[in-house]
Amino acid sequence: MGIVLAVFAGFALALVAPWITGATGRATGWLYSLVPAGITAYLSTFIAPVAAGETMRVAYAWVPGLNVDLSFYVDGLSLFFALLITGIGTLIFIYAGAYLKGHHHLGRFFAYLSMFMAAMVGLVLADNLFTFYIFFELTSFASFVLIGFNHDEAASRRAAWQALLITKAGGLALLAGFLLMEQATGTLQISAILETGEAIRDHGFYTAIVLLVLAGAFTKSAQFPFYFWLPNAMQAPTPVSAYLHSATMVKAGIYVMARFHPVLSGTDLWFWLVGGIGAFTMVLSAWLALQYTDLKGILAYTTIMALGALTMLLGLGTETALKACLVFVLVHAFYKAALFMVAGAIDHGVHERDITKLGGLRSKMPITFGAAVIACLSMAGIPLFFGFIGKEIIYEATLHLDQAALFFTGAALLANVALVASAGLLAIRPFMGPLNDLTSHAHRPDTGLWFGAAVLAVLSLGLGLAPWLLDSAILAPSLSALMGAEATPHLAIWHGFNLPLALSGVTVALGVGTYFAWTPMRQSAPFRALERWLGTGLDNGYDHAINGLLATATAQTNFLQNGYLRRYIATILGTTVAVVGYTFGHFGFEGPVLSFVGIAPYEWILSLLIVGGALATLFLSARIALVAALGISGFSIALTYLMYGAPDLAMTQFLIETLTVILFVLILAALPTLSEVASIGHRLRDGVLAVATGSMFTALMLAVLNQPFENRMGEYYMQYSYSEAQGRNIVNTILVDFRALDTLGEITVLLIAGFGIYTLLRLKRSKTSEKVEASRASEQVEQLS
Amino acid sequence: MRLSLILRTAARLLVPLMILFSVFLMLRGHNEAGGGFIGGLVSASAFALYAMAYGTQDARRALYADPRTLMASGVGIALVSALIPLFSGAPFFKGLWTTLPGGVKLGTPILFDIGVYLLVVGMTLVVIYELDDDGLSLFPRDNRPGTTPPSSPAA
Repeated sequence: MGIVLAVFAGFALALVAPWITGATGRATGWLYSLVPAGITAYLSTFIAPVAAGETMRVAYAWVPGLNVDLSFYVDGLSLFFALLITGIGTLIFIYAGAYLKGHHHLGRFFAYLSMFMAAMVGLVLADNLFTFYIFFELTSFASFVLIGFNHDEAASRRAAWQALLITKAGGLALLAGFLLMEQATGTLQISAILETGEAIRDHGFYTAIVLLVLAGAFTKSAQFPFYFWLPNAMQAPTPVSAYLHSATMVKAGIYVMARFHPVLSGTDLWFWLVGGIGAFTMVLSAWLALQYTDLKGILAYTTIMALGALTMLLGLGTETALKACLVFVLVHAFYKAALFMVAGAIDHGVHERDITKLGGLRSKMPITFGAAVIACLSMAGIPLFFGFIGKEIIYEATLHLDQAALFFTGAALLANVALVASAGLLAIRPFMGPLNDLTSHAHRPDTGLWFGAAVLAVLSLGLGLAPWLLDSAILAPSLSALMGAEATPHLAIWHGFNLPLALSGVTVALGVGTYFAWTPMRQSAPFRALERWLGTGLDNGYDHAINGLLATATAQTNFLQNGYLRRYIATILGTTVAVVGYTFGHFGFEGPVLSFVGIAPYEWILSLLIVGGALATLFLSARIALVAALGISGFSIALTYLMYGAPDLAMTQFLIETLTVILFVLILAALPTLSEVASIGHRLRDGVLAVATGSMFTALMLAVLNQPFENRMGEYYMQYSYSEAQGRNIVNTILVDFRALDTLGEITVLLIAGFGIYTLLRLKRSKTSEKVEASRASEQVEQLS
Repeated sequence: MRLSLILRTAARLLVPLMILFSVFLMLRGHNEAGGGFIGGLVSASAFALYAMAYGTQDARRALYADPRTLMASGVGIALVSALIPLFSGAPFFKGLWTTLPGGVKLGTPILFDIGVYLLVVGMTLVVIYELDDDGLSLFPRDNRPGTTPPSSPAA
């Protein structure tokens, strides 16, 4: 019960926040942060039991017929992510309250933000594939409204749409993967799936499952080639960027891969696909980050770099790699959230985020500066900071691989060099050097603006000095869940003089070199080409794809819905002929033996009148004659109904024919003359189509009549028409009693059609009268002058 | 178009008979050929004939109700007839019948058929009247002295 409360507390806050924010004033951020803080405190009570090897599960039947439960599961891995989300969330709430102080939509913002947090908590704790999927989609939706928060800016709207479309497309793939996973394991319960061992890997759907689940994870966690939405998502207010890109949204994809790691990993497909794409994304985005001068741009690409590194480590799958993955999740969340808050504080104080225009801010915002420096030292992996531990284990993991150790170590080295340079840019450029025109007017940030960054900086430093604090309480249970086997990891700040330490030294040295070569390197042709192709290039490709989609839709709509009734009819009839004809061609035609014996003279006459009336329409050139010819066919058909015992049908047909003539008379004057629309070619084409349709339906009727006649329904109605429906006219009892629901549907359609016709005619008339009034007005003007 | 004296005289006699006949067709429909749909079409033909003889302005006045109201109330009545059984605990659309003294049977399906009748009249006349108002008219205009064209019911 408590877990359900923990998930839904955020949604509850989202419901009330827009209504009560006006009354909370300056304390808003601090007050609302009590919600994530409370959830964090509650979840912390699980740390000890989970570390002792327990797991908790609560389930409520939701759609019992489909085995869909609202169920939550607390184990090492879900607790690890849930604590991260709510813990960082607490700091972000405080920060957002200060950053958006006085914003007229502050309440709405907190509603979105807490909805987002609740969706993430629900996602990581979910224990049913459908619960999981629904929360996964909720995070996409919440991030859509958050990225598009400044909805009066076109760039925000575009970024929001882009993030939504890409992550939703991935979400659909994930859903398909989940359904196949259910096929392979026979259960929707995630904790049960994790117990199935080799069931999925041995199943024929394994490749499809991996590809579909990874499509969901890669789009959500911004892997190549889907990463371009993430830098655009920086259109969101900075607190959102700090939250979405450090602790949460983008980690949802990582969590998907981690959650199902025990049952999906360990094959060559997984190793090369996840490890390879992760490594490629990591290196590419680390160097792309150096192409940007916007603080948030640099941070966005280094976030993609971190996601690539996490993906790579999940792909490698050794115990060390998984340990590195978990540690790096924490390392990255701490320094990235801190740096985003720093970037936001600078933007808030100076209204500028370009590092080439900033400088000297250390004296204006000393605490922010201190936090930034510590976060950047952690980011660069300098000893005594938490990032150093993370980087050491990554090198250790890649070096001890059985295959491709050199490749992955090289990739990690290459990416980390760029990361060191980025860290230097972020820590030094805005703060060092002299104040300039812009920065000298910077105002000192509020407590709320530096508080979160300072807390995270302290954590980055503290855990760098005493990493073993994480060993048994946090790391051991989460690593065990991630591996699906017992694990007792140990973190230490000193591993002796070994190869990872040497690599760290090389990394820092090369990184410092890159930092000093930054300006010329950024402007060099190869780097600009890299950015043009893989930075903005992919983004433009997305635009082309969307525009192409819209153009296709427009062309298709214009082709099919062209507004000409005759083309609609031609399309419908032509399609019917083609489909029925194909069916006959495929299954063969079997009709009865035709016999013309015993046909009465009046039957001949009626048949000839029906056919003759229809044929005459091909040759007549006056509309009124056409209407009359059609009338001959129609009335003859009605007579046929009458002769063969369908008086209701005959009466209806007579009346409809009569009213059709009246309607034709009314619209005749408005129709174009026949010579305009009915050339010889048109008549030929229409005649061929009409004859083909008629022949096809004749053949169809003959084929149907050749089947043995099954009259159970007829007998049923005969039997019950009077006893059940109190009527002797079976047609009528079917219409108003047996199938009255159908009739209700039909008359509703007629009602809508009637109002549609009314509206169209009125619309046309009001346009005409406007024209008349306009011409009258111009006449008056002429008379006056 | 000039008003035809023969048509007007004939219409004056035929239209009430047609409307009476349409109601008869609707009511007998449950046991003999007929029903709400057919009855509605006959009734609509009657008003169309009246419009041909006297013009749509007069025909609108003769109808009393706006055809759009007829359409909507037709579907509304049909829906009500489907909902009535719910109040006596029977399923949606269950036909309920009662026999009046004298052997006349009344039931919700008859109410349903009345709804169909009204919808068909309304729908047909909306189309005919609006098309005629659309400046396409071949029906006579009301040109009698002293009568200004009444504002259309939609206004």
